[in-house]
Formats: sequence, structure tokens, C-alpha cells
Amino acid sequence: MTHEQRQELLESLLAKQKAGALKPRDRFDIPPQDMPEQDAAVRRRNVHEVALGYTETQARLEAMRCLQCKTAPCVRGCPVRIRIPDFVAAIAEGQYGRALDIIKENSLLPAVCGRVCPQEVQCQETCTVGLRFKDVSKAVSIGRLERFVADLGHNGAAAPAVAPPTGKKIAIVGSGPGGIVAAADTRRAGHDVTVFEAFHKPGGVMVYGIPEFRLPKAIVHDEIETLKTMGVRIVPNFIVGRTRTIEQLMTEDGFDAVYIGVGAGLPSFMGIEGESLVGVYSANEYLTRANLMKAYSFGSGADTPIAVSRRVAVVGGGNVAMDAARTAVRLGAEKVYLIYRRTEKEMPARVEEVHHAQQEGIEFHLLQSPIRIVGDENSRATAIECLRYELGEPDDSGRRRPVAIAGSEFRIDIDTVIIAIGNQANPLIRQTTLSLEFNKWGNLVVDENCRTTMPGVYAGGDIVLGAATVILAMGQGRIAAAAINSDLADEPQ
Amino acid sequence: MAHRIAGKKELGPDVFWARIEAPLIAKARQPGQFIILSINNDYSERIPLTIAGADPSDGTIELIWQRVGKTTAELADLAEGDEIANISGPLGTPTHIANFASVICVGGGIGAAPLLPIATALKSAGNRVVSILGFRSKDRLILEEEFARISDELIVTTDDGSYARKALVTEPLAEVCGRDPKPGHAFIIGPTIMMKFCCGVTRKFDVPTQVSLNTIMIDGTGMCGGCRVEVDGKPKFVCVDGPEFDGHRVNFDLMIKRMNAYKPQEQQAHEQYEQHRCRIGLDE
Ligand SMILES: Cc1cc2nc3c(=O)[nH]c(=O)nc-3n(C[C@H](O)[C@H](O)[C@H](O)COP(=O)(O)OP(=O)(O)OC[C@H]3O[C@@H](n4cnc5c(N)ncnc54)[C@H](O)[C@@H]3O)c2cc1C
Ligand SMILES: Cc1cc2nc3c(=O)[nH]c(=O)nc-3n(C[C@H](O)[C@H](O)[C@H](O)COP(=O)(O)OP(=O)(O)OC[C@H]3O[C@@H](n4cnc5c(N)ncnc54)[C@H](O)[C@@H]3O)c2cc1C
Ligand code: SF4
Ligand code: SF4
Ligand code: FES
Repeated sequence: MTHEQRQELLESLLAKQKAGALKPRDRFDIPPQDMPEQDAAVRRRNVHEVALGYTETQARLEAMRCLQCKTAPCVRGCPVRIRIPDFVAAIAEGQYGRALDIIKENSLLPAVCGRVCPQEVQCQETCTVGLRFKDVSKAVSIGRLERFVADLGHNGAAAPAVAPPTGKKIAIVGSGPGGIVAAADTRRAGHDVTVFEAFHKPGGVMVYGIPEFRLPKAIVHDEIETLKTMGVRIVPNFIVGRTRTIEQLMTEDGFDAVYIGVGAGLPSFMGIEGESLVGVYSANEYLTRANLMKAYSFGSGADTPIAVSRRVAVVGGGNVAMDAARTAVRLGAEKVYLIYRRTEKEMPARVEEVHHAQQEGIEFHLLQSPIRIVGDENSRATAIECLRYELGEPDDSGRRRPVAIAGSEFRIDIDTVIIAIGNQANPLIRQTTLSLEFNKWGNLVVDENCRTTMPGVYAGGDIVLGAATVILAMGQGRIAAAAINSDLADEPQ
Repeated sequence: MAHRIAGKKELGPDVFWARIEAPLIAKARQPGQFIILSINNDYSERIPLTIAGADPSDGTIELIWQRVGKTTAELADLAEGDEIANISGPLGTPTHIANFASVICVGGGIGAAPLLPIATALKSAGNRVVSILGFRSKDRLILEEEFARISDELIVTTDDGSYARKALVTEPLAEVCGRDPKPGHAFIIGPTIMMKFCCGVTRKFDVPTQVSLNTIMIDGTGMCGGCRVEVDGKPKFVCVDGPEFDGHRVNFDLMIKRMNAYKPQEQQAHEQYEQHRCRIGLDE
């Protein structure tokens, strides 16, 4: 469809709507709007964002596809319950400012969530339009619409109003999405808020994990600037548990409440032979070197080196694995293999990222799993040995379990291996804060309001949920902030 | 929150000392802990350095470093009054200080710096402290006076015999370990290869040994796994599980190979920096 055709279609639909003659049939007939994106051959060689965003006409056409369902099943799929039909209707009417206001009632970071939410298993999974076509990829593109209005409103958006000072001090530990939202919401209530971040730059996984080509760092930077405008203090290079403990913050430094949002930072390894060889990375290390330290410009500005790889094997099937594989392509690898134990259907990564990875030439090795990494006399990784699997009987969850095929070992020659099989909870807070209760996986135990077992201490995000999502972390940051605000209001002055 | 350099001097060829403002770290730090710093901005490399001393009353920490590559060279070019953008810490598990009756502390080269606070704490805990310091040559000698002050016995060696005893540290180490009673514990910090050979000696004499490992690091909080070493065949993270480990269980050979992984790129960065430095020099 050309731009002119789209424009024409939109005008005829609007005219029909004005005449009160627009039927659901007409809406079903609107072709789902694809997102313009950089060509795969071009983007393989740059770090710029892949998806370029809707034009205004595309956004309005996509919004017109929404049936405005009374029961709004999409809202139930969104962890923070954004009033989806209302903001989509506002877009259809061209009322972008109003659409953004509606979204901001529930989500503080729409430019982020519109880009990274796994919509196909959240809001869009239950969308009536998708169900009608029996194809979730034909659902209303809620996330893309969210991104559209968020990007428009980005410059100029005023910082939220702040209530008069309450005299209470709040410490936010960790500046990931949960921490950002908790900071904003407690600050809005008039508290004096300080964010402590271990790294030299705030933003959490959004800056050191998720790559630029998927989430431009400028967006995260703007959100942090908004926090500062609101009067939130951000203290980098401050490691809670080491620089100061939580007890010290509360008893010596006068903080009335603490939100812990330190994420799930400890990378898991597989426990197979050869994992300590040179050239074997955790995805966290690989992505941190590439994103936070900008190793992609090593030699022309950045000082942090990264291996120069020709043949890379990435192990895993989640977002982290896709990001690592696609980063390796951009760093100049000739061949990138993605090794995953199950099939594409079971991959936890966002569907869009899986497609993008395939378009960029990443070779998927499905139903395979590494058993050993082989090295040369200098302990450099040279090959990865894998075993093939087949799908066996369905297990309790109805999923067919992969079963190893005996004697199916084979080798792939590589010079770099990136392990992306998940993270465990970082034990630092646990080791230094004895009165907090953790479960057997090392995650913090909280009640439904994100209160921990220690009075005045709240928590959310990956440190509570294990590996979660940006929107879930945000949701918890918001719940914790509400609990902090109400608990502190109840306290005698 | 930039950190001002309150004092700086050159201790010897390529070895520098500085006192730097970092009040919170000065207050919290314990022997055996380190910091991670980056000098300028987003692009600077993050490097770990041991806290060689601290004064909580004036809020400063002391660092001693050897110029080996780009970042340590850049640090050496800073002057009193200049600022360092980022310092985070104190990192790592503090040294387990106890009364072992007598201890042997071995420092190789720049390793003497991180060893000093540990030896001092061991002395305060009531140990008889025997220290061995080894250097390449006389001009590389550092911290002799400081060690003499806190040690019951100090043995200094140089590789070329230009000062004190001509020997590698393993020689006096074997002698001290062979005494009766033998030391209750050994603490060894220095180049990886030196720690490896020293551990060979203490193993022979069955003296429990602690080493402090200086792997490559990025975040220093357990997030990346880049600092991992094999201890007893299992991966351990130096930044959170260490930096100190039982030297008899560390796979030193693998560690040495991992540390060389970035040699070509490190050289490139260092050469570029030196060239840049020369050019600035010419312009002035
Ligand atoms: C590569 C990658 C790709 C991902 N892709 C997606 C995606 O597409 N969609 C999606 O929804 N989710 C994705 N996720 C998951 C998502 O990023 C996380 O679930 C989310 O960021 C968790 O937020 P959080 O608030 O728990 O904090 P985090 O983002 O985990 O941040 C925690 C912060 O706390 C800091 N910190 C840690 N310890 C301390 C301490 N002791 N003192 C002070 N500060 C500390 C850390 O440095 C960090 O900045 C991805 C994750 C990764 C790693
Ligand atoms: C816990 C810990 C404490 C340390 N304490 C001190 C100290 O008190 N004084 C001191 O002089 N040095 C110390 N080091 C070593 C110091 O961090 C490195 O010398 C420094 O990072 C080199 O950086 P560069 O850019 O100047 O050199 P590069 O060009 O990066 O490297 C030069 C050489 O240093 C090694 N190296 C490179 N990066 C690192 C790294 N991040 N960590 C360790 N070694 C590296 C390389 O293998 C190479 O041989 C410590 C290291 C650790 C892990
Ligand atoms: S926040 Fe995420 S789940 Fe909710 S509507 Fe937006 S894209 Fe969908
Ligand atoms: S379910 Fe789909 S069609 Fe229905 S209101 Fe939500 S977005 Fe619109
Ligand atoms: S330096 Fe990253 S885990 Fe130790």
C-alpha cells in the first residue's frame, strides 16, 4: 500500500464513520499496518533502531481496526491495565495528546513498553480482532500505537506535578524500570526521593542489557531527566550493601522507606566442560561490553574491548539470546548460530525479535543442546559440541518435552560462545541485610503490596519475580510506591 | 559526584600513589576490598584497584597503581586537584582477619600495596607477622618502610640483586615455611604467575594460603561473570566470591590464559593513548 492509498482509505473510513455507517466488517477489511523498518542487509551493519515507527496515517488506520469491545479483553492482558480501547479511539480521532494522557494514567514509560512488551502474550493475545482472524499477529497493534503517541509526545512533555514536601525520605535501590516508577510515584506524593545506582549510568537493564537497535538509549535518558526535573536525586556508583547497607540508610541516614529494585543480575552458566575457556561469555558480559561501555566503537572513542569474533554460538531462546546474537552480527561476526533446546514455538523471546533475528541471517539450531565446549592449547574456545533432541510425550503442562537422541553428538566450529540461559538473584542484598526473607531461589518474599518482611522496606521487579519483563517491574514499582505513600501517611508525624 | 585527587606522587618507575576524596568508601572499607573507577565519561574503561589505605576522618582513600596500559597511564597523568568521574565501592568480600599466631605475608611488586592493609590488620589481631617483598630491581622498591613498621621480620628480595637479597620470593618463602613452628597462614599477592609458584611452595609445607586474584572485571557486582575463575573445578566470581581465595584450589593456568584474552586490543588502546599524548605535548 502506498502512502496515498492509505490516506484515501483513511479518509473514506472517516467519512463513513461520520455518516454513522462504519460497520465492524469495514474495520476487519483494513489491512493490518506493518511497521516500517530498516532493511536487514543495512541494519546488520549499524546499531540504529530497527523498527522505524508508524506514520500518522498508519497509526490512525491501525487504530480504526479496533472494535471498541465493551468487555475490552485486551485490558485484562495488560499487566498495568491501560485503558486500551479509549487511547486507541483517541488515536483514531487524531487526539494524540489525549491518547498519551490516558496511557500515562497507568504506564509511566510508554515509549519503552510500546517497544519491548511481549504484546503477543499480553494485551494483543486476547484482542478480539486477532481471535477473529485466528492469528495473533493480526490483532490490533496496541504496542506500536503506544509507541507512536509516546514518541510524538516526547519532546515537550511536562514533568508530573509534585505535592508539597512531606518531610519523609525515600531510598530507591536500583534504577531499572521498577525503580524509576517507584521514584516518580513517591516523589509525586511530595517525599524527598533518592535513587541509588551501582553503575555509573542509571536505567538498569534498559541501558546495559537491551541494545540500542531495539530501545534507543535516548528514550531512557529522557525518562531519567524527567525524574531529575521532578526533584529526584540520582546517585550513581553507590552499591547498597557495600557503600551503605539498608540498615544504615534507615537508622543512620534517616530514610523512612526503601524500595529494592536491584534486578536479577547473576548470570547462570550451564555447568558443562569448557565454560571457563577464553571466548566464552555470559550474555550479560557481552551485552554490557557492547551497550553500556560501547565496545562497538572500541578504538574510536571507547576503551572497553570485546572479542573480535568470526563464528559465534549463542545458547538460549529468550530476548537475551536474540539480543546477544543480533549484537554479534553488528559487531562483525560472519556466522552466528542460535542453539535452543526446544522448537521456535516455545521460544520465550518476543515474536518480532525472533523474526528480526532470522532476517538478519542468524542460523537457528533448534532441538539441540551443548554438552561441551572444546578449546585449543591456549584455552581459546574452538568448537561447541551439541546433542540433538526430539520432541517426546507431552508433559503435565501439555508441552512435548525434548528428549536427547543418543549418539547424535556433533560439533560446530566457533571462536565465541555466549551463554544466555537466564539469571539468578544477586546475593549481595541478602548477604548484607539479614532481616529480609528470601525464597529458595534467592528472590525476595513480598506481600501483595510489595512489602518485604522488614518494616519500611519494599521490593519489586526481577529481584522478586525472577526474570520478568519491563512492564511487570514497572507495575510492581507502582504498587510498592502506593503502599509506601499510604503507609507513610498513616504514620504519626 | 566527582572525586578530587587530594595528593599524588610517583613511588618509582611506573608506580604511583594517590589520595582521593571518597568519603563513603573511606568509611565503609575493610582490608582486602577494592574499588572500580572510570576516569572520564561513558566511554572510559572501568578498572579495579585495591584500597591501599583509607582515612575516614578526612574522607579519603589511597590507591597505588602500576602503569601497565591505557587506563592506568591516564590515571598516572592526572595531577593533584584533578577529578575522577566515577569510583564505586568498596567491593569484594573483606579479608578474614584472625589470630593465626604467626603469619607469612608475601607481596610481589605492586602486590605489596594491596597486601599492606591486610598485613597491618593481621598485626593488630595479634599475629607475629613475617613479610617478604619481592621486586624486579632496586628502583622498583615500594613500601619498604611501611612494611618494616608493622612486620616482626621483613625480608626484601630483588630479581637482579640490585638491592637486599638476590632471589625470587619463593626462596625465602620456603625457608620461612620450613621453620618450626611453621606459619599458621600465608597471604600472597602479586603477579598471577608468582602467586602460582608461591602456592606450590606453601602446598608442599602444608601452610593454608590465601591469594588475592586480579582478573579482568567490568561491573564488579556479580552481574557479568567476566571475572570468573575456576576454584576446585567450579566457576567462582572474583568480584563477589573473592577477590581472595584458597590458593591451593585456584586453577592458575586457566586464569593466566583468560587474562591474556584482550592483549592485542589493550595494546592498541595504549598505543593510541600514548600517541595522542605525544601530539598534545607537541602542540603546547
Ligand atoms: C538482554 C535483555 C533483554 C530483555 N528484553 C526484554 C524485552 O524485550 N521486553 C521486556 O519486557 N523485558 C525484557 N528484559 C527483561 C527486563 O529488562 C527486566 O525484567 C527488567 O528490566 C527488570 O526491571 P527491574 O526494575 O527489576 O530492574 P533492572 O532493570 O534489573 O535494574 C536493576 C538495577 O539495579 C542496580 N543494582 C543492582 N544491585 C544494586 C545495589 N546493590 N545497589 C544499587 N544498585 C543496584 C543495577 O545496576 C541495575 O541498574 C530483557 C532483559 C535483558 C537482560
Ligand atoms: C580486585 C583487583 C584489585 C586490583 N588492585 C590493583 C592495585 O591495587 N594496583 C594495581 O596497579 N593494579 C591492581 N589491579 C589490576 C588493575 O586493575 C589493572 O592493572 C588495570 O585494570 C589495567 O588497566 P589498563 O587499561 O591500564 O591496562 P590494560 O591495557 O587494560 O591491560 C594491561 C594488563 O593488565 C591486565 N588487565 C587488563 N584489564 C584488567 C582488569 N580490568 N583487571 C585486572 N587486570 C587487567 C591485562 O591482562 C594486561 O596484562 C587489580 C585488579 C583486581 C581485579
Ligand atoms: S503496557 Fe505493554 S501490555 Fe500494556 S498495553 Fe502497553 S504494550 Fe500492551
Ligand atoms: S480487544 Fe482488540 S479490538 Fe477489542 S477493544 Fe481491545 S484492542 Fe480493540
Ligand atoms: S566483574 Fe562482573 S561479575 Fe565480577
